[in-house]
Amino acid sequence: MKNLFASGHRACGGCGMAIAIKLILEATGENVFVVSPTGCLEIVSSPYPETSWRVPWIHSLFENAASVASGIEAGLKALGRKDEGKVLAIGGDGGTADIGMGALSGMFERGHDVTYICYDNEAYMNTGVQRSSMTPIGASATTTPAGKVSYGEIHPKKDLVSIAVAHGLGYVASASVGYAADLMDKVKKAVDHDGPSFIHLHSSCCTGWRHPSSKTVEVMRLAVLTGLWPLYEVVDGEVVNVKRLAKRLPVEDYLKTQGRFSHLFKTDEGAEVIRQIQAMADANAEQYGLDLDIEE
Amino acid sequence: MKLRIGAIADPGTSVVNLTGGWRTEIPRITPELCIRCFNCVIYCPESAVKYSDKEGIYFDYDYCKGCGICSNECSGHAIYMEMEEK
Repeated sequence: MKNLFASGHRACGGCGMAIAIKLILEATGENVFVVSPTGCLEIVSSPYPETSWRVPWIHSLFENAASVASGIEAGLKALGRKDEGKVLAIGGDGGTADIGMGALSGMFERGHDVTYICYDNEAYMNTGVQRSSMTPIGASATTTPAGKVSYGEIHPKKDLVSIAVAHGLGYVASASVGYAADLMDKVKKAVDHDGPSFIHLHSSCCTGWRHPSSKTVEVMRLAVLTGLWPLYEVVDGEVVNVKRLAKRLPVEDYLKTQGRFSHLFKTDEGAEVIRQIQAMADANAEQYGLDLDIEE
Repeated sequence: MKLRIGAIADPGTSVVNLTGGWRTEIPRITPELCIRCFNCVIYCPESAVKYSDKEGIYFDYDYCKGCGICSNECSGHAIYMEMEEK
């Protein structure tokens, strides 16, 4: 391992994001400029005067990571220094899908040669598990708490990959920290792609999702194996390289591993929500052709 | 501490922060069971699981936070967690 993300960072034990950053930098190598919006990644990696980064890294504001990355790319181009490295922006789901959405859309539209990676831990974990537009249905967050009158989050996740594809990007992919080789392969492809590219990366937060820290990788694999997080690439608008499943697991296998869904298993209303989540997994399977037909 | 414009820090300086003190459980390895799948090296969030030809898999206890991912992902069931007494 190249160890470009130094030890001593302040992420919780078992942090999915810390694994993700380590694997991303392993794939890109040291010739890369990284931009981060505000979020866990910024907080844990750069308490002044320390930093965990061994590559050039900058943080500016919550909403403008994509703009800063665009500026760096345009600057390198203007100075004729594009061969010095690729520009990478790594942000959380809040900084990408909520607060930074406008800047991100602008970056896509202007066609900057930047790879944007959104590590999606499905809420604002840094400030204490407030819901974001990426929080899945049924999840209990501090601003959508489950209780007598509510089963938690009521809105489905935003489809970030489709939003990126709608901008006409040449390379878009969904990835999971549970599949390290696949993730590193996708990061390499995205960085090598000329023009903007986007990776939507599922990354567990053991504190916010409330599962034991040792189960981080296992839980993320279960999201893929139940069909809730399909792994695929979209190259020039075509869905390719879908990870197909020989035997898709029921969504309960994924939901029961996490405290944020535990209330769903206690009431009839919860059972109905689980049926709704299963229907979403079935729809994913239908849309991306996840189920592998094995002749008996 | 010298303050600089725009809060610039030198690369990799967080290594001064020894996070090993966060640990309640400590990973141990039975080397005979290790099948060199390197899942522990790949998935350690702290980069605290290391490998050398001479020593095999070993842990950097200065930084290991004791999350237990290495033990959970170990294909050969070689890594186990133990309560650490300090």
